[in-house]
Amino acid sequence: MGCPEIPVQTGIGLYLAHMLTTHDWDVLTAGNPSVISLLRVSDPEKHYIRKMIDLDRCIGDIVEKHRNFDLCIVFAHNDAGISYAATMHHISTGRLIVIVFGRNAETLAALIDFPCETIVEKAVHNPNELRKKIDEVFGWRASTR
Amino acid sequence: MACIDEIEKEVLLSGASFAECRAYVEKKYPEIYYVDPGYKIFDRHIIGVPPIAIGLENDFVVFPFTKPCYGTFLLKIECHEEAQRVRLLGKKKRK
Repeated sequence: MGCPEIPVQTGIGLYLAHMLTTHDWDVLTAGNPSVISLLRVSDPEKHYIRKMIDLDRCIGDIVEKHRNFDLCIVFAHNDAGISYAATMHHISTGRLIVIVFGRNAETLAALIDFPCETIVEKAVHNPNELRKKIDEVFGWRASTR
Repeated sequence: MACIDEIEKEVLLSGASFAECRAYVEKKYPEIYYVDPGYKIFDRHIIGVPPIAIGLENDFVVFPFTKPCYGTFLLKIECHEEAQRVRLLGKKKRK
């Protein structure tokens, strides 16, 4: 998770961590210092976000073969987010899903020219449509309604 | 190696896209090498869309540096050791 300036990112991040944990995934949330702080304040008892790591440290660990993941979900609402997603595609062998959101979501999504799954939604403040698309990708619709 | 934030550097582009950084390097520098995302330079792993272009001008190294909040910066830093490492490990642009 990159810069948390778009409000839906934190809510969707908490939701995804919760749903993945509920479905038996061992979830590690990587973010820049602002993201980590926001999540710590939002979930002080770690009900939803149990493990966190600095984003650049996490990438270093993957490059140096200290970590790898079966599934990587990248949040992208700017060009830097797409760069991080491209990097994950190159260094990690797991399934890659890029959530492209924010006012320029469709333009940004068009920059993706590497193999991955995308979830694209112009979500800024309201996470509901984005959440629905995420539920569809993971097959969670029935269990969340 | 000192942290990239503490090294004397020139910022050639700020808040740029990865494509703008690559185009700038390819246009301005005669000696160009390409590296993969994750390539370590100045103790940081380069973030970006491959191929990532690094320009060299004697001992000056020109490379993209991405921050999640601020986009990509194109930095120019003088370092003989890193320049030689790029020449050794990078893929040279064919003329």
